[in-house]
Amino acid sequence: MSCLVIVEHNNANLKSVTLNTVAAATAIGGDIDLLVVGAGCASAVDIAAKISGVSKVLVADSEEYAHQLPEDVAPLVVRLADAYSHILAPADTFGKNLMPRIAAFMDVQQISDISAVISDDTFERPVYAGNAIATVCSSDTLKIITVRTTAFGAVEGENAIAAEIVALPAAGESGLSEFLGTESSVTERPDLAAAKVVVSGGRALASSENFTLLERIADLLGGAVGASRAAVDAGYVPNEFQVGQTGKIVAPQLYIAVGISGAIQHLAGMKDSKVIVAINKDEEAPIFQIADYGLVGDLFEIVPELERELQNLLAQ
Amino acid sequence: MKAIVAVKRVVDFNVRVHVKADGSGVETANVKMSMNPFDEIAVEEAIRLKESGQIEEIIAVSLGSAQCQETIRTALAMGADRGIHVQSNAELQPLAVAKLLKVIIDRENADLVILGKQAIDDDSNQTGQMLAALLGWSQATFASKIVIGDRSADVTREVDDGLETIRVKLPSVFTTDLRLNEPRYASLPNIMKAKKKMIDVIDAAETGIDVAPRLATLKVIDPPRRQAGVRVASAAELVEKLHIEAKVI
Repeated sequence: MSCLVIVEHNNANLKSVTLNTVAAATAIGGDIDLLVVGAGCASAVDIAAKISGVSKVLVADSEEYAHQLPEDVAPLVVRLADAYSHILAPADTFGKNLMPRIAAFMDVQQISDISAVISDDTFERPVYAGNAIATVCSSDTLKIITVRTTAFGAVEGENAIAAEIVALPAAGESGLSEFLGTESSVTERPDLAAAKVVVSGGRALASSENFTLLERIADLLGGAVGASRAAVDAGYVPNEFQVGQTGKIVAPQLYIAVGISGAIQHLAGMKDSKVIVAINKDEEAPIFQIADYGLVGDLFEIVPELERELQNLLAQ
Repeated sequence: MKAIVAVKRVVDFNVRVHVKADGSGVETANVKMSMNPFDEIAVEEAIRLKESGQIEEIIAVSLGSAQCQETIRTALAMGADRGIHVQSNAELQPLAVAKLLKVIIDRENADLVILGKQAIDDDSNQTGQMLAALLGWSQATFASKIVIGDRSADVTREVDDGLETIRVKLPSVFTTDLRLNEPRYASLPNIMKAKKKMIDVIDAAETGIDVAPRLATLKVIDPPRRQAGVRVASAAELVEKLHIEAKVI
């Protein structure tokens, strides 16, 4: 068996979800190679070569891969596929966009969003917004997999000797798509999907400005800020804040849901958090059914109080 | 230009699903079924493109059992022009769906395809990307804005870092995200009119496509249930519990 993990990176750095994806590959077993596709991605390659358990790092470093568009990356992966039994990527917007394109080229039925490895061909995956867990067995020779990264602890440690780096020739540009631009909110806070603490707000926050109340709590705890779909739809925060079935999946040590009622679709994105706190004025809100600690009341009184209490604790 | 929208019949998003006692799947008998919400957004987008004169015809396609025709009728009532039902009582997995859709698209000479980014039942998020690969077309997934140009389309996509804009060559496959539009409700007169619109039925077996599932579902179980915890009376008590009891701060 041999696994190929597609590294998610921005040419300079790896996205931390790559470490969780390598952990899933480790659970499958066999040799693990990484693939870094980018432009001017030498520093990402250096970091990748040190990841514990990695045999080889394959690198396609060329201008046409600057934005890693699936129309360009998929043919490159297809050329490598015959050497592997499993190809994995994180089940985030990068992996979800790319992997099915590879799978169709290889005539493989992809296994999306695996949350556990039972054997080299059998996996668990959540379905129906996480309200059921299916165990599925693939009959394809090649397994193409996206990984629910919150379900696999990041691999730790470094290779004593950096993995071998193998340069690949570029596969050429498809000419089908081009990158025009990106818009993202600049933040010093940790990545939502990997944060140890997440403070999320719902429609009850009532404005974009009121989210600063949550940002102050997040900053005291070194956490990230998230949101329900309702808050994103209302325009209080941008789309990348959304936690849920179709947004980001998070599983922090501590999840604080403020003014979020707890629709099934939101719970799907956070119910694997270690400790859940719910603050809501409606004591019947479904979020309380899964919260470890519930506090009923007006968030505009409770959140500033919480900030003061946290400051007191941290001052000790 | 001609657009194809793919619509899937799924358990309604408001239904709390129950795992069957024998572990073979989730209970779908006597459960409210609806069009996949992301597919409603796809239908709406096609209708808007037609209303603005950018496409001439919208064909709604659904694959599966006879009841899928209800889902096609919903699309027709919203404003699609005609329907195609690919009849099959087998379990159709995303690769098989993509292959069957390709057959329809080749037959119809469609210029663009719009689908939901994922179905809310099996949450796979694969069909659009697979279809684009099989057609050799560009793909614009998780779209929150689509601007059709002359031979290309500019598409804003919802990605983990925020929003990304790409230009894709036409023909192309688009998959919809939540904020692309707000789907309309079908009016009563339009529901009546939709009953007269044509739905072609194609037997999946006659397409020659091998639709046999590649993934066998061995069992389906309930996820671990979280127990409701305790109520605290104040922010002070909450901080104390998180610090001393839960030890997370």
